[in-house]
Amino acid sequence: MIRFENVSVVYEGAGAPVLRGVDLTVPEGELVLLAGPSGVGKSTLLNAVCGLVPHFTGGTLRGRVTVDGRDTRTHRPRELADVVGTVGQDPSAHFVTDTVEDELAYGMESLGIEPQVMRRRVEETLDLLGLAELRDRPIATLSGGQRQRVAIGSVLTPHPRVLVLDEPTSALDPAAAEEVLAVLQRLVHDLGTTVLMAEHRLERVVQYADRVALLPAPGAPVVVGPPAEVMAHSPVYPPVVGLARLAGWEPVPLTVRDARRRAAPLRERLADSPVPVPVPAPFSAPVAAQGSGGGVPARGPLARLLRRNPASVPDAAPLLTVERLAVRRGRVEALRAVDLRVAPGETVALMGRNGAGKSTLLGALVGMVEPAGGTVRVHGLEPHRTAPKELIRHAGLVPQEPRDLLCSDTVAAECRAADADAGAAPGSCRELVSALLPDVADATHPRDLSEGQRLALALAVVLTARPPLLLLDEPTRGLDYAAKARLAGVLRGLAAEGHGIVLATHDVELAAELAHRVVILADGEVVADGPTADVVVSSPSFAPQVAKVLAPRPWLTVAQVEAAL
Amino acid sequence: MRLRAPEARRSNALHAGAWWLWALGLAVAASRTTNPLLLGLLVAVSGYVVAARRTDAPWARAYGAFVKLGLAVLLLRLVFSVLLGSPIPGSHVLVTLPEVPLPDWARGIRLGGRVTAEQLVFALYDGARLAALLICVGAANALANPARLLKSLPGALYEAGVAGVVAMTFAPTLVADVLRLRTARRLRGRSTGGVRAVLQVGLPVLEGALERSVAVAASMDARGFGRTAPVPAAVRRLTAVLTLGGLFAVVIGVYGLLTAGGTGGEAGIGYGLPCAAAGTALALAGLRLGGRRSVRTRYRPDRWGVRAWLVAGSGLLVAALVLALDSPALHPGVVPLEAPGLPLWPALAVLPGLLPAFVAPVPGQPAAPVRVPRNPVRASEKEAVG
Repeated sequence: MIRFENVSVVYEGAGAPVLRGVDLTVPEGELVLLAGPSGVGKSTLLNAVCGLVPHFTGGTLRGRVTVDGRDTRTHRPRELADVVGTVGQDPSAHFVTDTVEDELAYGMESLGIEPQVMRRRVEETLDLLGLAELRDRPIATLSGGQRQRVAIGSVLTPHPRVLVLDEPTSALDPAAAEEVLAVLQRLVHDLGTTVLMAEHRLERVVQYADRVALLPAPGAPVVVGPPAEVMAHSPVYPPVVGLARLAGWEPVPLTVRDARRRAAPLRERLADSPVPVPVPAPFSAPVAAQGSGGGVPARGPLARLLRRNPASVPDAAPLLTVERLAVRRGRVEALRAVDLRVAPGETVALMGRNGAGKSTLLGALVGMVEPAGGTVRVHGLEPHRTAPKELIRHAGLVPQEPRDLLCSDTVAAECRAADADAGAAPGSCRELVSALLPDVADATHPRDLSEGQRLALALAVVLTARPPLLLLDEPTRGLDYAAKARLAGVLRGLAAEGHGIVLATHDVELAAELAHRVVILADGEVVADGPTADVVVSSPSFAPQVAKVLAPRPWLTVAQVEAAL
Repeated sequence: MRLRAPEARRSNALHAGAWWLWALGLAVAASRTTNPLLLGLLVAVSGYVVAARRTDAPWARAYGAFVKLGLAVLLLRLVFSVLLGSPIPGSHVLVTLPEVPLPDWARGIRLGGRVTAEQLVFALYDGARLAALLICVGAANALANPARLLKSLPGALYEAGVAGVVAMTFAPTLVADVLRLRTARRLRGRSTGGVRAVLQVGLPVLEGALERSVAVAASMDARGFGRTAPVPAAVRRLTAVLTLGGLFAVVIGVYGLLTAGGTGGEAGIGYGLPCAAAGTALALAGLRLGGRRSVRTRYRPDRWGVRAWLVAGSGLLVAALVLALDSPALHPGVVPLEAPGLPLWPALAVLPGLLPAFVAPVPGQPAAPVRVPRNPVRASEKEAVG
């Protein structure tokens, strides 16, 4: 159905080709997962299927890409619109109209499909994707998961034979991601649609794939094969595969169910060993239990830079106290009676579905949102009454889109601006950047950094003011496993130095690896607050894969198991 | 029971054009009078209909904005009248401002000087008329979905319509961008006010808008926007000839009509009218033929049903009646000052404008889950508003 023959893509001005000599055939009715670290050209490959590369993006494409027998060289994207449906990384950038129903019909209108047929297909698609309740809603009022489903629906209505999806579940909470994947599964099974999708969060999708196409490194040839075979040697792999590699299971199980059936001997072996604390609780740290995380290397330089002596920190007073906080937006109560305490050195993960109030809570902690009731105290200060210049010395937030924080056109200028903003000694920010991102040139434009590098730069900018309380909103969006591991190492180091960290995240694996405590928000209220293991192990949607495999004992991460064996 | 207006759904949605005709009818009526009581009645009629039939969509908030704009215009008119004086002769001097002496060449312009009650009342009437006009237009904006109005354009103008729709969905995201970047400034410890802040936020916002427009363009292309049907070369050429020829004829015709009053005399009218009419017909034929190139179909277009006729007709009826009932009472005098009276027949003529509040479909409850308010008084308020 999709055929790449010796395809190379070079963008103008770039030295090396993004893709080199790609040969890939996707037969009809298959779901193929495109995996690989970031920056290997996954998005380029996907956009080459619908002809946007090179017709829209520019650059030179060598070789031949055909879809359903149509060569993208001679067919412009609009002439492929009836065979290929494409949803990009950001569904919001995809919408042309303003209501759900119009959006579903838009593609069909362009193709000139009969009005009666359009009506029927819109109704079918509304049912298929569970959107019937939302049909008249303006798209701007939808949640992330709903938007993603509308975006998929809008390319489904013209009945394309190929569906191309770029990170369809990255921005979604676990439940919404399941919803979207269930829909894809149904399309492949019932309608015989061919699906090609890229995704960083392999733990969510790899079990649905018929085959995996792996781009191991930039310019490297594609490795295609059954998921279990490819995952056994892939540089990116979900935790369940990590556990399998550790335990030496062959072939590699991809689902929690398969892994559980194999895990009986491992569970027995682990039955007697005490479960090590994943991250040492603040100031009771048994250092041996730290596992193999990257916290140790990050601690040295950062501690020096931040001039913070770990021994001097433990004062019992919490960094952050939130009592009965209420926030209203118009008539809607975004937060209601929220209590939260964060001690120095403690890492707290805020979880909950899209729209549960996580970002609002973080906003209230840095004074962007005024409380309607209750109190917020950061180091004794009320954030919304504190001048921004003063507040950044006490609490720093890395927003969901780290790019918003960056306003200069080179890394060096960004660092100078950060020093000036924070009133820090010239060069402090640059030193932090060098510690977090060893090989970034001064003259690089922040836009040309990868997602992970941009996040690190934003983190350095925030840390320049040396706030003891660090807040991160959805930090792992768009990060591959390597970037995530680096981030986890850095954050662990910061916590060890006495920073209080609050991170709002959908990423259960990250929470399991980093957090001492997990707070679950639902509908603006705290529904669970406790040590990570207690909260997540019993929850079907918030439990990490290792916990599901090794339940009922609270093992959370591969690193823990590795340390115990 | 059968006559009660149904709950609004997509299938019985009132044609956006009907709302616009209704509002334009009221606006025409407003433009024909300076009687403040009558103008107030017109604004009240439009306000009542908006309150009864407005949805909670973003554009529905336009009415409040237009009311504020109208009041601002009224105020501005008064301020100008006070500062610049007025040709209205008056004997009731309220206050005398210091007059700024102006050089000879600026004769006829006055800055400061006497302020009379007559000139203020005149400015008030005049400003009220403008404000009422604006508020009527605001009512149309609040009641009609602008995207649906653009969708009713003929096929050949479809591209322009889509551009309009995309631009409209763009404005709210631009506002959201500004807010996001301002909060980001706060996170860096910078102040969010002042000219520098605006400049520093402006550039990234424009950059973001540009990036987003490229993304939307890519998405539209990938979803088949701009696909064209193969049209024989002869038809294409005929389309071009018809459209261009038609526009040319319209230009000649309008020239003839405009010069008719002056030197051209009767001859101007003689060729002007037929030329303009023929040109319009040719251009329309060209547009219709041009529509053949577009393959696109329409999903659930708004139908022009009985209710649309009633709504549009009620507005046009108001306009027609006020035009027909032209009387001195519509223009209360200011010299000498007199209290304006409410003329009975024109006032009754405005009332048909209320019809849409009874025949247009009632907007349903919002689909979004509404939390139960804890305060029972609030709940009853809400029902009254909804």
